[in-house]
Amino acid sequence: MAGKPKVAFYWCAGCGGCEEAIVDLAEDLLQVANEVDIVFWPVAMDFKKEDVETFKDGEIAVSFINGAIRTEEHNEMSFLLRKKSRLVVAFGSCAHLGGIPGLANLSDREELFLRLYGRQEGIENPDNVVPKTRVERREGIITLPGVNEEVRALNQIIDVDYYIPGCAPPPNLVKDAIKTILSGELPPEGSILAPDKTLCDECPRRESKPEKIFLKEIKRISLVDVPQDRCFLAEGVFCMGPVTRKGCGERCLGANMPCRGCFGPSSYVTDQGSKFLSAVSSILETDDEEEAARLSSTVLDPAGLFYMFSLPSSLGAVFKDRKNPNILKGSF
Amino acid sequence: MKYSHANRLGIFICHCGVNISSTVDIETVKKALTGYPGVSLITDHTYTCSNPGQDMIRNKIREEELDSVVIAACSPSLHENTFRKTLEEAGINPYKLEIANIREQCSWVHSDRKVATEKAISIIKAAVSKALLNEPLTPISVPVTRKALVVGGGIAGIQASLNIANSGYKVILVEKEPSIGGKMAQLSETFPTLDCSQCILTHRMVEVERHPNINLMVSSEVTRISGFVGNFEVTIRKKKTYVNAEKCNGCGICIEKCPRKTDSEFDRALSKRKVIYRPFPQAVPNIPVIDGEHCLYLLKGRCGVCRDVCGPGAIEFEQEERFVKEKVGAIVIATGYETFPIENIPEYGGGTIPDVIDGLAFERILSASGPTGGEIRRPSDGKVPKEVAFIQCVCSRDPEKYFSYCSKVCCMYTSKHAMLYKHRVKDGQPYVFYIDIRAGGKGYEEFYQRASEEDEVLYIRGKVSRLYREDGKIVVEGTDTLLQENVAVRVDMVVLATAIRPSQDVSRIAQLLKASVDENGFFTEAHPKLRPVESMTAGVFLAGCAQAPRDIPDTVSGASAAALMVCNLFASEELKHEPTIAGVDEDVCSGCGICIGVCPYEARELDREKRVATVNEVLCEGCGACTAACPSGAAVQRNFTDKQISSMIKAILA
Repeated sequence: MAGKPKVAFYWCAGCGGCEEAIVDLAEDLLQVANEVDIVFWPVAMDFKKEDVETFKDGEIAVSFINGAIRTEEHNEMSFLLRKKSRLVVAFGSCAHLGGIPGLANLSDREELFLRLYGRQEGIENPDNVVPKTRVERREGIITLPGVNEEVRALNQIIDVDYYIPGCAPPPNLVKDAIKTILSGELPPEGSILAPDKTLCDECPRRESKPEKIFLKEIKRISLVDVPQDRCFLAEGVFCMGPVTRKGCGERCLGANMPCRGCFGPSSYVTDQGSKFLSAVSSILETDDEEEAARLSSTVLDPAGLFYMFSLPSSLGAVFKDRKNPNILKGSF
Repeated sequence: MKYSHANRLGIFICHCGVNISSTVDIETVKKALTGYPGVSLITDHTYTCSNPGQDMIRNKIREEELDSVVIAACSPSLHENTFRKTLEEAGINPYKLEIANIREQCSWVHSDRKVATEKAISIIKAAVSKALLNEPLTPISVPVTRKALVVGGGIAGIQASLNIANSGYKVILVEKEPSIGGKMAQLSETFPTLDCSQCILTHRMVEVERHPNINLMVSSEVTRISGFVGNFEVTIRKKKTYVNAEKCNGCGICIEKCPRKTDSEFDRALSKRKVIYRPFPQAVPNIPVIDGEHCLYLLKGRCGVCRDVCGPGAIEFEQEERFVKEKVGAIVIATGYETFPIENIPEYGGGTIPDVIDGLAFERILSASGPTGGEIRRPSDGKVPKEVAFIQCVCSRDPEKYFSYCSKVCCMYTSKHAMLYKHRVKDGQPYVFYIDIRAGGKGYEEFYQRASEEDEVLYIRGKVSRLYREDGKIVVEGTDTLLQENVAVRVDMVVLATAIRPSQDVSRIAQLLKASVDENGFFTEAHPKLRPVESMTAGVFLAGCAQAPRDIPDTVSGASAAALMVCNLFASEELKHEPTIAGVDEDVCSGCGICIGVCPYEARELDREKRVATVNEVLCEGCGACTAACPSGAAVQRNFTDKQISSMIKAILA
């Protein structure tokens, strides 16, 4: 195991933004490339699964895996990389908490297939043909990885050593995390490599906060103008900042959008969505149940809003395929 | 070392006689918990709260070197404090105690022994999981400002103020009217002794004014109350009276010369008063005030006679209202009552028939200093009414339309009214319509008997169904439920015993104090039997009709009790406050500010410099609202942490 430490990057169910985040390191990427040996990176380099299989167990120093776990391929590659790597880092919101793909768990798999392949506008599919894992053709047998019943976060399928949060993680956080890991001075196992306070701590709008925050109305960001320097929550717009770990560089706030929660909760909170619900329901300015119900009903998609990035890792998550031996954590 | 001191937890299971042991199998519970993680001792006792029971606990704590204790017994609201003391006496921190409620929440609500036993085991396991994470805590010391605020200067406020002041503590007595005395000053004579109300009241009013420990503030209102037991800060608004009380010598020439008159509130609009006035001749303080709504000078800039005639130059038309801030340690609420307005009772002719009046108006007619000089003359034409109907329970005991409660004083004052009427109009006939006569009280039944027998008051048991005018008379129709026949009496005047309801100030004051009121708007006491003069807010005490309808003797004794509670509070230099309150982990808090408005006790504040929320430990009552609302996990409830709660849930689900 002489030479530079071996590093792997892999993508599961993601949008490509996390790959972009690595490229966003710009010149720093070259420095990283100097110090390490990138042995696997499907988006950028021509290595195959077989190449990974040739490594000894633990030969790869660190694997950065982004994206949620949606298909059998994701299971398989995660198991493989876990086996070959001394450290596994869940990279980005999807690997960390399940991410936006995790919202698919609000529907079951068959329903999703039908919606996507059967009833999609512009698609004619009277027989409701949905993707199969195996098809025989004249040319031979074609196989595809199966789709899991539910979407999972990475640590729901393999052990994860560290987490880099964000959708996508900002370059400075990625750089610091890589530096820390390569330095050998490792933080406690399971650490999330970002500050452990929530966003309000460094919010550029915090001075505009009134003494007490109450919600008389719940407003949608697309329908109101919030001045650049005003606290969103105080203006009646749901902002996940209070329940979301800081360290993102407040890019959304800079674009005059409220925080959507991609960094996940602080380490003192288990369930980001229910914590936010608990917080905002505490500040509804009414003692009247009917009025509270009316106010609540103005939130059109509460699950999508409160759990935009964390549904699979929420307290209420139940996995139908939890007894499937191919998917059980540690079965690799 | 003999023991590892990491976890030395003892479980004590109480049989509560047979209250628990008849449904919960104690031996099975003991077996199930033997060897449970962290448990070093498990034992039981017939009555853990008894002296032998507590001795046993103390001895076991010492012998087994226990460092935390679970007592599986009744609700913590009963004996948590008892057992905390037991732990303290045995030398361990009292907050290392956890009560597992296996009586109210288990044995009393189950009959199936097996189910109850299993549930008791779960409850105790949960308590053990929590107890293992309990931190030792120390009660918080709070200084006490030994000065009381009494709100309301009726007999309740007067009595409470005098009692507190005579015990050597300072009192601020705030009264919204220009004079103290309240409703009692309006009464003619009092039941059952028929002594003159003002004669027994006025010397107390004067005593209040002269008392060196009492700061009397009339024409004033409390507008803001912040702080907490021992340390309230109150803001009092001194309304404009246009008379400088320092300069005024009370000569009254201004009143004499004032050219304008308006209805006298004190006389229930049965007489006129001047626009510069004192509510009644014995008013305390004896300083007139100007009624700004009717004063010609203030309205139109004309007149100004009072200023011209005032020797000491006390009239100040340019006077502004003032706000005074005071620090007090305790508050007595004695805001009193008002009677339900008869204008709102059209079915009894209220507001439309001038000779239908309420009990307080009749008190004024009876009063020697009243509009008729004590002669009974009806309002419409000043004639002496030869027949008068007194109607009881008007709006009281009438849950369909008005109030379900009994106003308590009406039976007796109606007897008094009818009796005094008969004494003065010898050939007159009083009728009393009643539902029941409630004459519980010293000398009350005898008084009622005297009215009905000696004074020939005609009592008709039944509600009035209809009341109307006919040929210059008022016809009162009803059913006599004893004779089971309809009756109609033709009378010259009707007196309605209207319901007593809390002063309209009560809801305002309750909001200021965050004290709770019942469905009728009366202040709620902390416990109806054992803490009858304490409100639900620590340091706030109740007196008089702000709490419930009551008569003068009950009001006075209640006010004295409230005063005693105040003195009790002032007896020590500092108070002990429960330490099981909320805290902030400053390393976690991001200063989002959500908890600030959520706190019902104003105990939370945002430190904008440090960007964290802070807790005023003394204000915090440990309700947990902030902990539930805190989105970052920075708010912690001491000895009720998220970790403890989830470990309890795990213990139950395991």
